[in-house]
Amino acid sequence: MAQQSNVGKFINKYAIFIVLVVMIVVLSFLSPSFLTAQNLINVLITESGRGILAIGVAFTIISRGIDLSVGSIVSLTSVIAASLVQEPSYSARIFPNLPLLPPIVAVIAGLSAGIIVGVTNGALIAYTAIPPFIATLGSMIIARGLALILTNAYPVPMLRPEFKIIGQGLLGPIPYVVIVFALVAVIAYVILGHTRFGKNVYAIGGNVNAARTSGIKVSKNLIAIYAVSGFCASIAGILITARAASGIATLGNNYELDAIAAATIGGTSHTGGIGTVPGIIAGILILGILNNGLLLLGISPYLQQVIKGVIIVSAVVFDMRKNARQK
Amino acid sequence: MEDYILEMKGIVRTFPGVRALNGVDLQIKTGRVHGLMGENGAGKSTLMKCLVGINPPDSGEIWLRGKKVTIPNPYTALKLGIAMIYQELNPVLERSVMENIWLGREPMMRGIAGFLVDHKTMYEQTRQLLSELEIDIDPKTKVKELSVAKMQMIEIAKAISYNADIVIMDEPTSALTPNEVKHLFDMIRKLKERNVAVIYITHKMEEIFQIADEVTVLRDGNHIITEPIEKMTIDSLISAMVGRRLTEMFPKMECKIGDVKMSVRHLEVPGLLHDISFDLRKGEILGVAGLVGAGRTELMETLFGLRQKSAGEILIDGKKTDIRTPADAIKAGIGFLTEDRRLNGIIPVLSVKINTIVANLAHYTKFGIFLNHKKIYKDCEEYKERLKIRTPSLEALIQNLSGGNQQKVLVARWLLTNPEILILDEPTRGIDVGAKAEIHTIITKLACEGKSIIMVSSEMPEILGMSDRIMVVSRGQITAVLDRKEADQETIMRYAAAKYNNNQVA
Repeated sequence: MAQQSNVGKFINKYAIFIVLVVMIVVLSFLSPSFLTAQNLINVLITESGRGILAIGVAFTIISRGIDLSVGSIVSLTSVIAASLVQEPSYSARIFPNLPLLPPIVAVIAGLSAGIIVGVTNGALIAYTAIPPFIATLGSMIIARGLALILTNAYPVPMLRPEFKIIGQGLLGPIPYVVIVFALVAVIAYVILGHTRFGKNVYAIGGNVNAARTSGIKVSKNLIAIYAVSGFCASIAGILITARAASGIATLGNNYELDAIAAATIGGTSHTGGIGTVPGIIAGILILGILNNGLLLLGISPYLQQVIKGVIIVSAVVFDMRKNARQK
Repeated sequence: MEDYILEMKGIVRTFPGVRALNGVDLQIKTGRVHGLMGENGAGKSTLMKCLVGINPPDSGEIWLRGKKVTIPNPYTALKLGIAMIYQELNPVLERSVMENIWLGREPMMRGIAGFLVDHKTMYEQTRQLLSELEIDIDPKTKVKELSVAKMQMIEIAKAISYNADIVIMDEPTSALTPNEVKHLFDMIRKLKERNVAVIYITHKMEEIFQIADEVTVLRDGNHIITEPIEKMTIDSLISAMVGRRLTEMFPKMECKIGDVKMSVRHLEVPGLLHDISFDLRKGEILGVAGLVGAGRTELMETLFGLRQKSAGEILIDGKKTDIRTPADAIKAGIGFLTEDRRLNGIIPVLSVKINTIVANLAHYTKFGIFLNHKKIYKDCEEYKERLKIRTPSLEALIQNLSGGNQQKVLVARWLLTNPEILILDEPTRGIDVGAKAEIHTIITKLACEGKSIIMVSSEMPEILGMSDRIMVVSRGQITAVLDRKEADQETIMRYAAAKYNNNQVA
């Protein structure tokens, strides 16, 4: 009996990873081109942007909030960064008289935009006590609007190669974007598990009264949490823009939902206080591999959406049952 | 003049509609255990929440070690060496014991890794702390896996670990077994040896006489007395806590008491209620007394179908009645005014009118679909007059009414369902004195109309002043059913503590 319950515990604890492995095994049998290095790297390239987004959003979900603005931050970052690194020879530049700037300026400008939106979100939530859903819904719409205003809804093409290399370059066989994704994941893992700030995030989400009575400054931490989310979103924005070689004001539309879905499938609980980086990575990989596998199998992209939805809901039902049983 | 480590002077704190603290003074000496006593709502916890910055006072001064301080938040309180164990337990359930204890002040690595939490040291320090306090729990256990008593011990360990000069304990023994209480008292004595001042809130007499050096009594937000414990007796403490004369407050009418309306037989809810049997008569007010957490509310919830019984039966008019849901209960003629108006009762953003009829919508429809507004209006007006509900109009939002008037709306709601049995759980909590008397008048009138009333209350005067009979619940069991004439405060207290005392340190 004890043996059995141990097996049960193991399955419960690692369910998400088991699902991932099973998917990989099954797809390898079904499609010969699935388990090739190139295909797997393609999956990683496609998902790294959204993966970084999901990690940032997870900070807010663990603290019992949500960040709907991350998709719009991707868009805003995209057009800001792109507008600063257009080829001088291109006649329809956003800033026609812009001198030749080093690409790092564009990167810093893009990242700053993300942090500013994030800090604004956090400050609104901390000091006006409006629900995170509303605060970030507002900033989502505002950021999207700003991106459209800046570009008049036109794309921002003809980016300089020094910038594009961020999204297109390789280190050996591995693209830079995947390396950045891995770095972000490792740093987030350390922050959540091994720093005071990380402990605060869990405590605020798990029991905000406990956090407050333990002397944690909840408001400041909330600002930092939403800043992290905005920062991650702007990193993703830079990577995706550099890879696409064009700034687009609608680039990040719906990305926030993919990110929230990935974090949720990965076991991040919307009741707060629960979530791990490995889980989130598994969540994003499950979505990515699903997309990729269904594509290889020639299944209609519309059906893919249906399957994705079913998986999201099932994951949460499973998680809630698991957590309920432990109580 | 003696030196005090802490002096609170003229502390005032108001909440919407209630003046919770009315200029309270408190003086605490170092290395002593100071008991803080008073009835529910006397202001004990509120006063302490002023001190630790959760509800900073509206006016008044706090002097710490001879210096005036302001404490706007718990962070400042902890910095100043004031730690508190809260009555409502406050753990982060999903995290480990050690993370809970060191939350916000985790031990850090040294050198360039200084931004990382040092889990090894954290584990060691926790193990040391727990073994010093003789608490046998692995520091890595998730808190949600612990029993409530163990969680309580962890909270105590946490408060001690701050090395504070002042440790506040708000009803720390509510979830502890006698052995654990003894253990806690040993810890408190150790704290005293270290010259820590302990402020100990409780309503348990025997604990105060065991552990306190001085005692302060609060009543209705006022400071009543502070004395060395040797100068006090149980009687003098109780009279300080209760104070007012009973008869002024309770306009009880003697009504005719009829046949048995409801019989409860051997009711059982695992872990909460054991072998509950009693009768309730027509025209009777049955008061239910007991300590917080004794199971009174749980018993009412079971009668009303909000909780499932595992054994026992309920007879109404001699017929066995199966109550599994609130809908069953309402059909059987039971109404239930819940303990917490805000949480379970009123719908704050809706009108007085809707709040009045919401439990009874089916009676106000045409063809079962459309609302019959004329009838709604007529009935609401009628009850507004009868219960003297003071509201600018029936369309006003209920959240803008005073607590007493909100409560009257809820009474109206249940009267509209025409119940023969009305359960009132803490019907006058958080209501000002004038409105209390009005609610009491309504209750006694209803009884005289032949309704059977069960009234749960933590306020002794209310129980003694209103009830025909008093049923005392202790740890999920009935320890006494007293007649109005034979009941007094002390007897009730004794029965209320009975099941806690039996196996307690004598």
